[in-house]
Amino acid sequence: MIDGSRRDHARFRQIIRGKIKQDLKKYIQHSEMFGRKGKDVVTIPMPQIDIPRFRFGSNQGGVGQGDGQPGDPVPGQGDPNQPGEGQQAGKDPGEHDLEVEFTLEELAEILGEELELPNIEPRGQKTLKSRVDKYTSIASQGPNSLRHFKRTFKEALKRQIATGTYNPDKPVIIPIKKDLRYRSWKSDVKHENSAVIIYMMDVSGSMGDEQKEIVRTETFWINTWLKSQYKGVEARYIIHDATAKEVDEDTFFRTRESGGTLISSAYKLCEHIINQDYPPDDWNIYPFHFSDGDNWSTEDTKICIDLLKSSLLSKVNNFCYGQVDSRYGSGQFYKDLTEVFGQESELVTLSRIENKDGILQSIKDFLGKGK
Amino acid sequence: MKSTNLPPELAELRDQIKGYAEGFGLDCFETIFEMVPSDAINSLAAQEGFPVRYPHWRFGMNYDQYSKGYEWGLQKIYEMVINTNPSYAYLMTANSFVDQKTVMAHVYGHVDFFKNNYWFSKTNRKMLDTMANHAVRVRRYMDEYGQDEVENFIDICLSLDNLIDPHLPFHEAKQPKTESEKTASRQNDGRMKVDRQYMDKYINPPEYLEEQKQKRAAANKQEKKFPSHPERDVMFFLMTHGPLQDWQRDVLRMIRDESYYFLPQMQTKIMNEGWASYWHSEIMTKKALRDSEIIDFADHHAGVLTMQPGRINPYKIGIELFRDIEDRWNKGRFGKEYEDCTNLQERAKWDKKLGHGRQKIFEVRKVCNDVTFIDEYITPDFIDRHKLYTYEFNKRTGQYEIVDRNFKSVKEKLLSSLTNQGHPNISIVDGNFENRGELYLFHRYLGVDLDLKYARETMRSIYTIWTRPVHIETEVDGRKRIFTYTAKHEFIAKD
Repeated sequence: MIDGSRRDHARFRQIIRGKIKQDLKKYIQHSEMFGRKGKDVVTIPMPQIDIPRFRFGSNQGGVGQGDGQPGDPVPGQGDPNQPGEGQQAGKDPGEHDLEVEFTLEELAEILGEELELPNIEPRGQKTLKSRVDKYTSIASQGPNSLRHFKRTFKEALKRQIATGTYNPDKPVIIPIKKDLRYRSWKSDVKHENSAVIIYMMDVSGSMGDEQKEIVRTETFWINTWLKSQYKGVEARYIIHDATAKEVDEDTFFRTRESGGTLISSAYKLCEHIINQDYPPDDWNIYPFHFSDGDNWSTEDTKICIDLLKSSLLSKVNNFCYGQVDSRYGSGQFYKDLTEVFGQESELVTLSRIENKDGILQSIKDFLGKGK
Repeated sequence: MKSTNLPPELAELRDQIKGYAEGFGLDCFETIFEMVPSDAINSLAAQEGFPVRYPHWRFGMNYDQYSKGYEWGLQKIYEMVINTNPSYAYLMTANSFVDQKTVMAHVYGHVDFFKNNYWFSKTNRKMLDTMANHAVRVRRYMDEYGQDEVENFIDICLSLDNLIDPHLPFHEAKQPKTESEKTASRQNDGRMKVDRQYMDKYINPPEYLEEQKQKRAAANKQEKKFPSHPERDVMFFLMTHGPLQDWQRDVLRMIRDESYYFLPQMQTKIMNEGWASYWHSEIMTKKALRDSEIIDFADHHAGVLTMQPGRINPYKIGIELFRDIEDRWNKGRFGKEYEDCTNLQERAKWDKKLGHGRQKIFEVRKVCNDVTFIDEYITPDFIDRHKLYTYEFNKRTGQYEIVDRNFKSVKEKLLSSLTNQGHPNISIVDGNFENRGELYLFHRYLGVDLDLKYARETMRSIYTIWTRPVHIETEVDGRKRIFTYTAKHEFIAKD
């Protein structure tokens, strides 16, 4: 890449970032449009940014070539224009979109800046060990590209002085093979904080597709943000109706049951998972529970609250409950929790998501505490 | 001058191809070939071929698209050549030997066209330096006034860069007049020069003088108008009369100069590509190609000339039309006698053995641009043979649909898409509309409406420079309408 291009490309990325920030709400709501490219890169389709000029409207038509009868549609419509030399924007059928790539890290950065999310202060010890290689030492062997010029000459100088071949009046230093020195690495062990997200979702009949789509979108952004804050983030998934079970991510979003709802079953399983795998001293723990707010009985709600108070809350960083409004749900559970914990609780974050428009605010609710 | 980094085998190849090109009668500027890796060629293409451009995000966007297109194997830039003297052309290092050969032959076709086509005759052949100077000046302004400020202003100028006068470079009378020329023409009262005093009343009779006086009065009246004639060079008008700071005026001037530089390339897309393709094919098949290379050549040649379904490829139309002209002038298939011949058999066999084909296409490449090329030389036969059709947008189905294959309408549609480089024809008719210092634009309506969303944004750009309301007269759905961009940033329509 020639220099100017690198500069202009960086500038272009900056402008794209600005556009995404500007319309963050839209992009958050429609994150299903994002494409995945590898593990850490998403591609985001966005309208081409172009410079406005006087141009003809869509009733212009034109000349094409090929078979077909009058009245037949012109082939190749909807295809993106081939970006290439002969291309003239807007003159051919089909306009093309930009497809921009962002790493999840960049995305989290944009999210953080726009929602003004505070950085999380991790708790617990730094138990996650990772190895970092740093080029801080010197070796007598290595590839030429890593040759340490100064040290090589130092060695040569030492040798020449020791052997008496060094002449201060005519200081010529010639390194021989033995003198060559190379940069080399040392492995450091770095300790990091680790975190686990435990997602729970009500999959009883009253949670429809729209509600699940909202949950999916929320989890994408929560993952993105927490991954930017912790080095190693694990995610576990629990679905429940009257009973709870642990599933993988895919099943989590696909399963649909028709039974009743006992929220306590999920909370019990969550507690079990924490006890078994994630000692709270070493882990930052984030349980997220999504439901439409219906619980089978007030009895069960009481069990849930007791469970939270007596055990769960002492182990987690932040317990998040997101209530996705649905036509069938009563929304009672949110009221019950609010009654007990209030809106401003340190350890419990409650958020009601009425529809897709509410996603942005609820992400802010969940992640805005910096815990 | 020698190419800087051409390996010996390619340098030899270049001399060879150049020899063939000259042998065929091509007349080229000295051409310098540079070897560049694919990534650099994407960068260069993003900057329209020039290694140094002013900083602007759109070059970065272009780069993003070119490099993705290349990475995903969608497209590859084979050839790029700059219209300067000497001309510069880029060869991609990853290309095979036969590709390099084809590209060189193609490039010589372009360079011959740059040098000899009339529409290129006024272009700045030192554009490489000019572009670099523009870059320096823009960077300096950015240092002084801030990157955002300058870049935003560049965006505004770019949104007007198709509002130039395509005839200006060739129009002596339209070249800006100096003050002394203006006074000279004002003092002259239209009298013819008289050597013998006694002849005066015959040479300059009173009726004649009266007529001259009226003409002058009309001209004066015209001159009092502002601008005196409808001004198509909107950029020039704003540059001269707009309330701009010096640096802004300079930026506008640079963008305008670059726009005029690229103009002939827009005017001769079909011809230029057609001519270059014609010559690479001619040079390769008749001279340069080795037996072992024929499959690769045929493959790439076909790739360059394929027609995407539903749109036309300028390379293909261009080369075929040149070949058609050559064939017709070789066989004498033109003129009244041939046109009037109704006997199909006779027409199919028509061959006067004139052999003027080669000479004719050289003449065409000298004088034509795309509009005159199509207007003069496309024939019903040609349109049949190449299955051309017209299409239009059907609002009901929301799709573009084939309308017909009629010679007249295909030709008309083709010409209208080429007229004014495919841009709407817009001029400034009044710079002091209703004596309020407002700008009044006129869109010469030729059957196609403006895109109003874009019009609004473009009017905003003009407003930003002019700082007074801007009006445009146009037609929408066959009805005359005037749109105004107001000081409150509203866009209002009137009938």
